[in-house]
Amino acid sequence: MQHKRTTFRHRGLPYLLLAPQLAVTGVFFLWPAGQAVWQSFLREDAFGLKTSFVGLANYTKLLHDPQYLGSLHVTVIFSLATAALSIVSALVLALAADRVLRGPRVYTALLVWPYAVAPAIAGVLWWFLFNPTIGILSYALRALGHDWNHLLDKTDAMVLVILAAAWKQVSYNFLFFLAGLQAIPASLREAAAIDGAGPVKRFFTIVAPLLSPTTFFLLVVNVVYTMFDTFAVIDATTEGGPAQATNILVYKVYRDGFIGLDLGGSAAQSVVLMGIVIVLTVVQFRFIERKVTY
Amino acid sequence: MLRKLSCSVLAFAAFAGTAQAQTEIQWWHAMGGELGAKLEEIVAGYNASQSDYKVVPTYKGTYAETMTAAIAAFRAGEQPDVVQVFEVGTGTMMAAQGAVYPVYKLMEDMGADFDPKGFLPAVVGYYTDTEGNMLSMPFNSSTPILYYNKDVFAKAGLDPEKAPATWAELEADAKQIMASGAAKCGFTTGWISWVQLENLSAWHNQPIGTEENGFGGLDAELTVNGPVQVKHWENLARWQKEGIFQYGGPGGGADAAPKFYAQECAIYMNSSASRAGVIANAKDFTVGYGMLPYYDDVEGAPQNSIIGGATLWVLQGKENDHYKAVADFFHYLSSPEVQADWHQFSGYLPITQAAYDLSKEQGYYDANPGAETGLKQITLNAPTANSKGLRFGNYVQIRDVIDEEFQRLLSGEVDAKTALDSVVTRGNALIRDFEAANK
Repeated sequence: MQHKRTTFRHRGLPYLLLAPQLAVTGVFFLWPAGQAVWQSFLREDAFGLKTSFVGLANYTKLLHDPQYLGSLHVTVIFSLATAALSIVSALVLALAADRVLRGPRVYTALLVWPYAVAPAIAGVLWWFLFNPTIGILSYALRALGHDWNHLLDKTDAMVLVILAAAWKQVSYNFLFFLAGLQAIPASLREAAAIDGAGPVKRFFTIVAPLLSPTTFFLLVVNVVYTMFDTFAVIDATTEGGPAQATNILVYKVYRDGFIGLDLGGSAAQSVVLMGIVIVLTVVQFRFIERKVTY
Repeated sequence: MLRKLSCSVLAFAAFAGTAQAQTEIQWWHAMGGELGAKLEEIVAGYNASQSDYKVVPTYKGTYAETMTAAIAAFRAGEQPDVVQVFEVGTGTMMAAQGAVYPVYKLMEDMGADFDPKGFLPAVVGYYTDTEGNMLSMPFNSSTPILYYNKDVFAKAGLDPEKAPATWAELEADAKQIMASGAAKCGFTTGWISWVQLENLSAWHNQPIGTEENGFGGLDAELTVNGPVQVKHWENLARWQKEGIFQYGGPGGGADAAPKFYAQECAIYMNSSASRAGVIANAKDFTVGYGMLPYYDDVEGAPQNSIIGGATLWVLQGKENDHYKAVADFFHYLSSPEVQADWHQFSGYLPITQAAYDLSKEQGYYDANPGAETGLKQITLNAPTANSKGLRFGNYVQIRDVIDEEFQRLLSGEVDAKTALDSVVTRGNALIRDFEAANK
């Protein structure tokens, strides 16, 4: 590994240059995060008139709360399914776009489009399509014999939020895959073709391994996305229902904290979430940065 | 030079402005759309009626958002003088004794002209403490009633002038409607929690919880798993399977109204304040009105229904002149003219007997069939301990629990008894949390 080193004449200068960034991090991350940690040890009424220190009570309550464990379970299913669906479909689309001869830019632009749609709008869009009363897709599904009702059917609701969340993320993944594909030297593929390897064989022996760093990177990014950035999608489609079937962790923090005004419990949940992000980030830096060769 | 001059002119103007300023009070509310416009009209009327005080209304989003915003603002010391809080937030507001200024006390302290007896007991009962003191100022209260499609009733060979009075009649009517092909479904409803559990209980004089439905103290427990409630939820689940009942979603039940407007469901239960919306949307058919159905084998039914909606809470921590302004404004707000106008425009219940009488005098109820149904229903009998309302801590979350358990019931995961037992267990846990936090 190569180290770049810049020498500053004054000792204070580097710190001065870092100060703005540190201040931003301090004010917008460390301070609120610290408050959340502190809050998670307290029990407080909504107005903050009566506060008592309860130690780890909020945490033990979480771990014994079947709703919270259910939410954890839901989050795992939702994250993995969304990540898998968006990664696989993005890969298929990228492979297709990579081979397009005429107007590849047009296809690329169209495929990237959904990324520009705000998550809340995406949610509303899918909500409309699948609305049991007025949705066109639920109407079509009913004609095919499936009585679609995500207001009551937990599986339907899960499918809906996975579709909406994955659709949003396909564009992002697509861009990375397309870049990854274009970085694979044509000579490798040609050589394999000359040796008699078919397209499928070429994909699995050459393209897939060379794309694996991209895929792994996307997996982590997508899991982080599904766990934190899908709030708006959930809020606009199912609001965590029916019967908490799509109540993912980040949505539960909001519901319990802002709607239910259980600040201590909600803070404990955010601290747990913060722990998960830290673990995911460590994973990303430890393994990805090491394996990826640019 | 010029700049300097204009600066000092500005400064002077600003100074003069504060010196002569009227006392300005902030009112955070959750009335969007036409209701919001009407609210601003009322405020403008007040501001024009005198020159000492000025009320500034601010729309803060949904009920939950408005309440959360006010609480967050209170914690930061930036609270409004008056905030509109929905009925399920009552328990939370009441328990916050250092944060709210009870209306009866405010009016007394400010020496305002205020007669608590002039208010409709069925409305203010929800917002009084056990000694009968009014804690918040009712603003928009409503109660669920039954709407039905007269054209569909006629098509099915039913008497279009007769709304089903009991659940047995409703079931028979629905079956006839579906068999005749007049409509696909019998009925739908908004607010499962409010209409099909809380009001169902009050309407049949069944307790919702111990301690007079929570009015008596924070140590109350839910009792909604009684035989009447279980039987009703069993029926709802069965009716849903048979297609007689269609579910409109959790919370307010956003999908319920379209089912009724599209003539898919012949009967619809929701707030009396939905009346204007129902009329506006029922373009191709005539709407009929009725009281909520009841089970005629339950003794004491029908009792009286309970209200929903919101009231105005006054927050602590302001100067005395602010409270003078609030008292004066509340006096204006509860005057018969303003109340009758708001009631007739919105479909919310009038909060005073005088406003009710004035509306009668003006011939409003003769000209607008159905507008009096809700009023008749809440005043049908003197409220009992079971039917004056409910007051539990963390009730916003308990409402969610009710929705969740109802969804589990409809999806066939659990039966009615299990669902309601679970509402009670989970609800009680939330009430205990609230009790612990507010001790």
